[in-house]
Amino acid sequence: MQKKLILDTHLLHITVDRLCQQLIEAHGDFSETAILGMQPRGIHLADMIHQKLEEDLKTKIDLGYLDTTFYRDDFRRRDTPVKANATKVPFIIENRNVVLIDDVLFTGRSVRAALDAMIAFGRPKKVELLVLVNRKYSRHLPIEPDFIGKDVTTLESQRVLVELEGGKHNKIWLINKEEK
Amino acid sequence: MSQLSQKHLLGIKNITEKDIELIYETAKTFKDVINRPIKKVPSLRDITIANVFFENSTRTRLSFELAEKRLSADVVNFSSSNSSVKKGETLLDTVNNILAMKVDMVVMRHSSPGAPHFLSKHIDANIVNAGDGTHEHPTQALLDTFSILEKHGTLQGVKVAIIGDILHSRVAISNIFALKKMGAEVMVCGPNTLLPKYISSLGVKVELDVMKALQWCDVANVLRIQLERQQIKYFPSLREYSLYYGINRRMLDQLDKKITIMHPGPINRGVELNSDVADSEHAIILDQVENGVAVRMAVLYLLAGVHN
Repeated sequence: MQKKLILDTHLLHITVDRLCQQLIEAHGDFSETAILGMQPRGIHLADMIHQKLEEDLKTKIDLGYLDTTFYRDDFRRRDTPVKANATKVPFIIENRNVVLIDDVLFTGRSVRAALDAMIAFGRPKKVELLVLVNRKYSRHLPIEPDFIGKDVTTLESQRVLVELEGGKHNKIWLINKEEK
Repeated sequence: MSQLSQKHLLGIKNITEKDIELIYETAKTFKDVINRPIKKVPSLRDITIANVFFENSTRTRLSFELAEKRLSADVVNFSSSNSSVKKGETLLDTVNNILAMKVDMVVMRHSSPGAPHFLSKHIDANIVNAGDGTHEHPTQALLDTFSILEKHGTLQGVKVAIIGDILHSRVAISNIFALKKMGAEVMVCGPNTLLPKYISSLGVKVELDVMKALQWCDVANVLRIQLERQQIKYFPSLREYSLYYGINRRMLDQLDKKITIMHPGPINRGVELNSDVADSEHAIILDQVENGVAVRMAVLYLLAGVHN
């Protein structure tokens, strides 16, 4: 199968703008809400959304990064262990609304680990999940997103490649696992 | 790289710089974990670890036990003082009996150099050397070098003087290997009777005058006099040792720079370190203790992730 572009830079910006509007409708001025980007790739999307929200709302919004490495359920089951990333949660999440952000939702296991990791920082009032790409019909756990950039139907043999790090050349691809 | 190249941590001599860097990186994230309100992660919830201590230890065993519990491992403790070793059981039989109870990892301290190496050839579990005689104490070296890295931002070119009883110290040997591998300059300083004859062959400077050592170094890693490992007298008295090799505030004030003071503990106060130094802003002794838990968490976590 050919490498297929799901979202190009232009479409990605429109998608992020729409997601931000949805977030503002649900969370108002974000005074009761914090954003948590999931390491490693969810943090780039979280940065983009955070920047856009602060510009639109003209207010400071709490942004943190959450690493789930030590909370995963596949440690010692993978060929290569996952490398740990930094967790930065410089605010209290106790009794606050949290929007958890990741680039791709696939099996739901990373989100399960993230919920576990987040509890180490307190008990939030409500947690919602925002993903850029929702891979449908692939869930191993009963986890569904509240805010979705794009729904994609994929095969097990395919993967979604997210290129967000560059900033100017953001692209989301659907590729076969063999292709790099 | 996210995996160690070895299944065991037997010493610093045979592990790679990349392994050490991975341990540092992982320890940084664990240090973050142990400073959170909930200091525990579920990573090793399906692992059982046996702490097998054939020699007395308080802080190392406590540090390992805390690291294991913070990784959610099941922990069993064994000490030879109240065991079948007293009845003549061999090391291999003792450990095999523990392993028959489905233990995955063994943290072992033994008075004989090479005991964990011997064990690693005969059993399947991951082994962590928690000190073997006067040979190596790898996790102490990793936490010491991690503490220097944290304080100075680098190990490259940092001048470290290891001062005191080098002859009976496994900490000194492991520290020399770790520091040299990571690019630090090393000097050993102590009375001639407490310096091994081979020591300069390890690529370290040797100094008998403690004041000269302090003037040279950025970090002074002061070792405890290992009275329990000395069958004969290596110096006339503790008072004389203290006079010639003890470090006090006046000596630090004479230096034209601020140096870092380290000590693996427990301190013989008034012998190798005076309280005015041990409790001063120069000392990072309690940071070493905190880093010890984080580094041991990193070692156990990474070893558990090595596939056979």
